[in-house]
Amino acid sequence: MSPVESALAHLGALDDLAARDTPAARLDARVKALATVAFVVVVASFGRGDALRLLPLAAWPIALGALGDVPWRPVLLRLVLASPFALGVAAFEPLLDRAPALAVGGLTVSAGAVAFATILLKFALALSAALVLVATTGFDAVCAGLERLGTPRLLVAQLLLLYRYLFVLAEEAGRMVRAHALRSPDRPRPTARVAATLLGQLLVRTLARAERVHAAMRCRGFDGTMRLVRQTRLSRADLAFAAATALLLAGCRLVHLPAAFARLLTP
Amino acid sequence: MSDALVSPAVGGALWLAAAGVARHAARRLERDEERRLPLMGVLGAFVFAGQMVNFTIPGTGSSGHLGGGLLLAVLLGPHAAFVVMASVLAVQALFFADGGVLALGCNAVNLGFFSAYLAYPLVWRPLAGDGRSSPRVALASIAAAVVGLQLGSLAVVLETRASGLSSLPLGPFLLLMQSIHLAIGLVEGAVTAVIVLAVRRARPELAPAETGSARAVVALGTAALVAAGALSWFASTRPDGLEWATARASTGAPPAASGTVHELVARLQRATAVMPDYDFKGAAEPGRWGAPRAGTSAAGLLGAGLSVAFVAAVGLGARAVRRRGSRRP
Repeated sequence: MSPVESALAHLGALDDLAARDTPAARLDARVKALATVAFVVVVASFGRGDALRLLPLAAWPIALGALGDVPWRPVLLRLVLASPFALGVAAFEPLLDRAPALAVGGLTVSAGAVAFATILLKFALALSAALVLVATTGFDAVCAGLERLGTPRLLVAQLLLLYRYLFVLAEEAGRMVRAHALRSPDRPRPTARVAATLLGQLLVRTLARAERVHAAMRCRGFDGTMRLVRQTRLSRADLAFAAATALLLAGCRLVHLPAAFARLLTP
Repeated sequence: MSDALVSPAVGGALWLAAAGVARHAARRLERDEERRLPLMGVLGAFVFAGQMVNFTIPGTGSSGHLGGGLLLAVLLGPHAAFVVMASVLAVQALFFADGGVLALGCNAVNLGFFSAYLAYPLVWRPLAGDGRSSPRVALASIAAAVVGLQLGSLAVVLETRASGLSSLPLGPFLLLMQSIHLAIGLVEGAVTAVIVLAVRRARPELAPAETGSARAVVALGTAALVAAGALSWFASTRPDGLEWATARASTGAPPAASGTVHELVARLQRATAVMPDYDFKGAAEPGRWGAPRAGTSAAGLLGAGLSVAFVAAVGLGARAVRRRGSRRP
């Protein structure tokens, strides 16, 4: 498999997971999208020293993932690939802020170390929520949900076409890379001059193919709206899911859950 | 920008601003959308691929990468450029864990807004003229890319600062971001010029539709930006910075930030606290939860362990629900 093809498989893998019929996939896309936004806002609302209070929130993406039978590996893989950014921010915290915050046994944990953990936890929670949303809903359904929530039709059509054309672009690029490799076997990488020409060619060729794709879609009746087979009326499961999400988020935000748990066990 | 660095106030304010601009842009585009949709989709995919080549800027939580906003603005016009950039960032947030759902508004403003609504009409159009002379297009692209990226990276610094989650000192952060983005701006300008000239040669009919006078576009852009700034100024109560300052003050160290604005904001926050921060107040008083004392810290460990158990129980419960649901027809 060429690198381009594996990148494509990587992109499509998450979306394909949503095609299966699971309890999470049956939930309404609007409910899941709104719940994801609410979850991320609650995660972001915690301050620098709140690493502990963020822990119970992990229940939400894990529960939705379990409802949707989402495998761990692809989600964790993407988190790891994106983690340099979070690590980059967090790395300086322990150095910049050395005020003691906690004492565990004989060990003193600085406020910076707590902030480090907080930033990493926030990063993992917010991003895994978005990834699990796509893996349990599918991009088409997310877009349809966004449209029903009032997103402008043009923006939704743009999202759908962008996603579709990513594959067109990658396939076209794969073809050109192969053509170049066949014509210059002694030089695996194109020179800067050749690369610039290839880039321009890639854009023009992709555009030509995209126009044909779009014309074909129009011929088959595409008018910019997505029509889904799945029913879109709110069911009892949707309401239960929304209620459970609200309960968890309110609980985590208003109550210090870890402290409450600890108090339950220690008199 | 990443979700981990944005506070809900800053993220929400910029979300509203970006959504407003996107809505307006989409409405302006409705008329000639048919003809342009494939081009918008392809350029979006192109910019998406270009942004995948990125690197971390150490210590800041931001990544350096080509923006592509200027390329979109030159080839599509400012409104379409903003819509395309917003869609690119949305797909990145959902599929690749780049940026994030809450930071989406910030990123759309940083990467799309400045290039499309300020750098393009104010720098590129006057410098490039009718776009027929290659040296002028090259010069205009480099100048506009540098301006757009400098504004964007400045906005990243301000947003990070206003969110108050990172304790980076402002000076070095600013210096690092602006100098890195100066280099990126030069590269981006050159790449933009090459692609614009290539497309103009191959498909001259793809010039963007007239978007009305530059002044109207700039006026709209500036109005949206001022609104977002005012909104985040009022909304950003800087809970962490503030409570940090009070915590420091109570232990005798000089407060990091003070002044009438902070006092006003603090009073405002107390009056309107929808989600009061319980534990930080506790942290300031010794003996309460979170204070550096072995006893409470042991309780903290216990609480952490029980939280993990809670998460595991919820996950197992959800799996049981799924198993039962899939057995039913």
